[in-house]
Amino acid sequence: MEILWILLKIVIVFAVLMVHVMYATYFERKVIGHMQVRMGPMRVGPHGILQPIADGLKLFFKEDVIPEQADKGVFYAAPLICLISALSAVAVVPFFKGFAIANINIGLLYIFAMSSLAAYGVVLAGWSSNSKYPFLGGLRSSAQVISYEIAMGLSLVGVMMMAGSLNLTDIVMAQSKSAFKVYLIPQFIGFFVFVIAMFAETNRTPFDLPEAESELVAGYCTEYSGMRFALFFMAEYIGMIVMSCVGVVCFLGGWNGPFDVPGIPFFWFILKVYLFIFLYYWVRATLPRYRYDQLMALGWKVLIPLALFNIVLTGTIKSIVG
Amino acid sequence: MVYLLFFYFSIVVIGLAYKVITARNPVHGVLTMLALFFHMAGFYLLLNAEFLAAVQIIVYCGAILVLYLFVLFLVDIKSEVKTGPFIKKGVKLAILSSVLLLLAFLRGVKNFTLGPHGHFTIARVKEMTHTKAIGQEVFTTYILPFEIAGLILLVAVIGGLALAKKETGGEEG
Repeated sequence: MEILWILLKIVIVFAVLMVHVMYATYFERKVIGHMQVRMGPMRVGPHGILQPIADGLKLFFKEDVIPEQADKGVFYAAPLICLISALSAVAVVPFFKGFAIANINIGLLYIFAMSSLAAYGVVLAGWSSNSKYPFLGGLRSSAQVISYEIAMGLSLVGVMMMAGSLNLTDIVMAQSKSAFKVYLIPQFIGFFVFVIAMFAETNRTPFDLPEAESELVAGYCTEYSGMRFALFFMAEYIGMIVMSCVGVVCFLGGWNGPFDVPGIPFFWFILKVYLFIFLYYWVRATLPRYRYDQLMALGWKVLIPLALFNIVLTGTIKSIVG
Repeated sequence: MVYLLFFYFSIVVIGLAYKVITARNPVHGVLTMLALFFHMAGFYLLLNAEFLAAVQIIVYCGAILVLYLFVLFLVDIKSEVKTGPFIKKGVKLAILSSVLLLLAFLRGVKNFTLGPHGHFTIARVKEMTHTKAIGQEVFTTYILPFEIAGLILLVAVIGGLALAKKETGGEEG
C-alpha cells in the first residue's frame, strides 16, 4: 500500500515537473524577448502559448543522427545519465508540508550526489561524440562542475549548521522557528556563494562555457539531434528547477510564506522557485559570458574562501549565542 | 528482502569488478567502476550508513572518477585498446601472489565478528541519524587519526600545488 502511494507520488511529481519544464522554456523565451524589446514566440496559439508543444513534436520527429566514429554505447547513455540524475534529485524535495517522495535524512547530500553525477552525462557526451567541439565542451564542463561543486557544498554548510540537519524538511522546519524566519538574512554570505555556484553548476550564463555557442558551436551536445538533444535540454531545465528548489528550501523558508494560502499548500514554494528561475533568465539576458580562466579564478580564489569564512563565522556566532 | 539485496549487490559488485580490470577501453573501465561504486553505496545503505553512502557517491563518483576520466581523455584510446598485457612472462608469479593475497584476506576474515560494535546499536544509530553518530565518533574517539589523515591530505595538496606551479611557472599575472 505504501509502495503504491509512493508510485502515485512519483507519477504526480513527474507529470507536473514535465509541464513546468516545457513552460520554463516558453517563459524563458518570453522573458528574454521582452527584456530585449521583442515579443518572443507569438505564432502558435494565443501569445505563442502552444509553442513548447510544437517544439516538442518537432524534436520528437526529427532524424536521430549518430556520428560514424562515435562510441555508440556511451553516446546513447550520456543523455540518459543527464536526465536520470536530474530527475532523481527531485525525489527528496519537499514541495509542501509532509509531501516529498522520499523524506530521507541525508536529503541535501543526496542532491549533491545527483548533481555531481549529471556532470558525467556532459563529459561523456563530449567524449563519445568523437568530435573536437563537443570534446572541448565536455572537458570544460568537468573542470567547471568539480570546482563549483566544492563552493556550493561549502556554502550550504552554514545552513546545515544552523538547522542541525541534512533533512530538507527539517531544514524548512528549523527556519520557521529561527529569528528571521528565513536563512537568507543570517546566511547572506552563504546565499551569495550559493547563487553564483548554482549558475555554474547548471552551466547557465554567465558560466555557460561548456556550450558557448560563439566558440564551441553548441558545446557537448553539438553532435546530438532530435530526441537525444531534447533529453539534454530537459535535463538542463530540470537541473535549474532542482537548484532553485534547493535555494528555496535552504535560504527562503521552503513552503512557508507571510500568510497561508488556503487550498494551495505549495503556493509559496512554486512562487519562490519561479523567482529563482526568473533570476536565471534575467541574468542570461543581462550579463556577458566569463572567460575560462576568470571562471576558475572566481571559483577557487573568491567563492571557496568566502564559503569557508562563512562556516567559521557561523560556527563562532553559534557557539557564542548558543 | 535484505538478504536478497545483499546477494544482488555482492554478485553485481564482483561481476563489475571483473569487468573493470578486463575492459580494453579504459573509459569503459571507468564507467563500469562508476556502476561499481553505486553498488558499494548500496552496501552502506544496507548497513544503515546513509551518510557513508552519500559520501561514497559524492567523493568517489562525483570527484575522483571524473578526474580519472579527465586523465584518460588525454590518453590515446585507439592505441590503448590494442596494447597487449603489460606482464607477459610472470604468469606463475602473478598466480602465486594472488593466492598469497587470498590467504591473507581469509586470515583477516576470521577476525570479523557479526553484529554491532561498541555502544552504537542499530536502534541508537537510527534514532540519532547516522550523520550525527559518525560525526560524534570522528570528532571525539577518533580525533587523532582524523587529524593525522587531515595532515597527510594537506601535505598532498601542497605537493600538488608545488608540482603544478613548477610546470606553469610565471603564467599568471
